[in-house]
Amino acid sequence: MKVKFTRPISLKEANTHYCSGCGHGISHRLVAEIIDELGLREKTIGVAPVGCAVVAYDYWNFDVCEAAHGRALAVATAIKRCKPDNFVFTYQGDGDLVSIGMAETFHTANRGENLACIFINNACYGMTGGQMAPTTLVGQATATTPWGRNPESKEGWPIRFSEILASLPGVAFAARASLSSPKEILKAREYIKKAFTNQLENKGFSIVEVLSPCPTVWQKSPVSAMKWIEEEMVKTFPLGIIKDK
Amino acid sequence: MSGNEAMAEAAIKAGCFFYAGYPITPQNEIPAYMAKRMKEEKRVFIQAESELAAINMVFGAAAAGVRALTSSSSPGVSLKQEGISYMAGAQLPAVIINVMRGGPGLGNIASSQSDYFQATRGGGHGDYFTPVLAPFCAEEAAGLVMLGFDMADYYRTPVLILADAIVGQMMEPVVMPAKSDFKKKLPAKTWALSGAINREPNIVKSFFLKEGGLETHNRKLKEKWETIKNNEQRFSGYKTEDAKYLIVAYGSEARIALEAVDILRKEKIKAGLFRPISLWPYPEAGLQKCAKNIKNILVVEQSLGQMLDDVKLSLPGKDIKFLGKTGGGIPSVADIVKQVKKLVTRPT
Ligand SMILES: Cc1ncc(C[n+]2csc(CCOP(=O)(O)OP(=O)(O)O)c2C)c(N)n1
Ligand code: SF4
Repeated sequence: MKVKFTRPISLKEANTHYCSGCGHGISHRLVAEIIDELGLREKTIGVAPVGCAVVAYDYWNFDVCEAAHGRALAVATAIKRCKPDNFVFTYQGDGDLVSIGMAETFHTANRGENLACIFINNACYGMTGGQMAPTTLVGQATATTPWGRNPESKEGWPIRFSEILASLPGVAFAARASLSSPKEILKAREYIKKAFTNQLENKGFSIVEVLSPCPTVWQKSPVSAMKWIEEEMVKTFPLGIIKDK
Repeated sequence: MSGNEAMAEAAIKAGCFFYAGYPITPQNEIPAYMAKRMKEEKRVFIQAESELAAINMVFGAAAAGVRALTSSSSPGVSLKQEGISYMAGAQLPAVIINVMRGGPGLGNIASSQSDYFQATRGGGHGDYFTPVLAPFCAEEAAGLVMLGFDMADYYRTPVLILADAIVGQMMEPVVMPAKSDFKKKLPAKTWALSGAINREPNIVKSFFLKEGGLETHNRKLKEKWETIKNNEQRFSGYKTEDAKYLIVAYGSEARIALEAVDILRKEKIKAGLFRPISLWPYPEAGLQKCAKNIKNILVVEQSLGQMLDDVKLSLPGKDIKFLGKTGGGIPSVADIVKQVKKLVTRPT
């Protein structure tokens, strides 16, 4: 019998703490597969966020640094500048990256730091129990927008941060993918690989936004969560490459 | 050179490889100096977008195993507390310079010593302390920065240099020390992030979710704080041997108090100065020994009375007097002399 599918070396054997149908596990695996593929495991320093993926180091089999909520790219900036031969990436949720860490994200991108950033957009705050995120869709109910996010009530509009970052000269690559189907997952894989190789080629800042299911907060089954991404989320967050310098 | 420049050059000499900071008076000479010198030395200088970013960059640099520095002044150091707490939890070494100015709030840019509580009581959230070193002149400031890097690496902790605007701004000749007087051998940074080659992955973290995990971790930290308390109390005395009137002051205020001691001595009043150099750990053993036979103790600060608490804790039962000015007010030589003379005329 031929083995066709195995666990990447960059992924530890561990029981998941994520909810069933959560997208974090898929994204963790994509990151690990690509690190294996590019032979980067022994050079890699990942930076984990504060959010549901706070213990990403329980799953990844390479060096990982914690960062305070929103500060992952400040931490990563320094690691990469001090250790330019290492491969450094951050993995952050939408609350972490677009809300509390917006300044760090924006300025890291603007400096054109030679980093890869994986941005998990699940349109909510998962870890703290499903509050509104900067990416929450108009009309989407959350713990803090119980009647649905309403821009008329000054709750703001969902921020398309990847597009905003793409406008900065320091950004080499910005793309948005989704985990809603095998086809889209393969696209996400392709974009992440591109972001990682960009760093190896010294191209500057690369960001891959991943529309990721959070069935628990969305109060949907894993399958209908995937459907909701395809039918609703992509209307606000269109998929594809936004910038490729 | 100014105290600020002396501290910056000392960091270079100590092998500081990474600096990040955000402009704020009265410490702007430090980032300006570092911007130039770090480039010359082919090291890393970043003007960060905020103090939050700066301290978290220092977190990253420290995690990567290099010597890292940030500097700021009071309002900026408040912002850095998040990162300092994370570094204490994750046991990351770095040096943080606070050139204190007046507060609360935006306060003013005059010299002040009103961040003593913040500096010596952890400052951020959680059960922790950071060593705090307080220089009283530019040359000592340079030496303490070097010492700070050694202590940080040895104990795996952030170390705070608590200077005030006078120490930072004053221009004076400096003989740059070659290295610090720290004697212990520094351990290899086997915990640092460098890529998991021929070893298990290293993880830098302050998060311990499993039941009992944080308690175990914090107790381990507590042992470290106790070791530091036992090993690192530093102070200096001036004419304390036969003193009947003891002034306790640190930083630039100690310098002012020195002059007051000399004037009082000329007038045959036996004054002396006890000057804490480590503010945490507070040199309580040294102070107790020094103050053993002294009834009259005067604490002088550029604050409403913060170090005063530690003097009282060190010398229970003693009657301790206080002289302080706040918001940029600086107790002068004349103020101190007058206050000590009041003690002299006091019936005992
Ligand atoms: C300074 C600070 N503020 C707030 C929190 C609480 N907190 C933890 S995770 C989080 C938001 C997480 O949302 P997101 O970044 O979108 O990640 P997700 O959990 O959805 O994966 C918040 C607000 C914190 N840990 N630190
Ligand atoms: S709350 Fe949402 S993001 Fe968090 S683990 Fe559960 S499904 Fe995943």
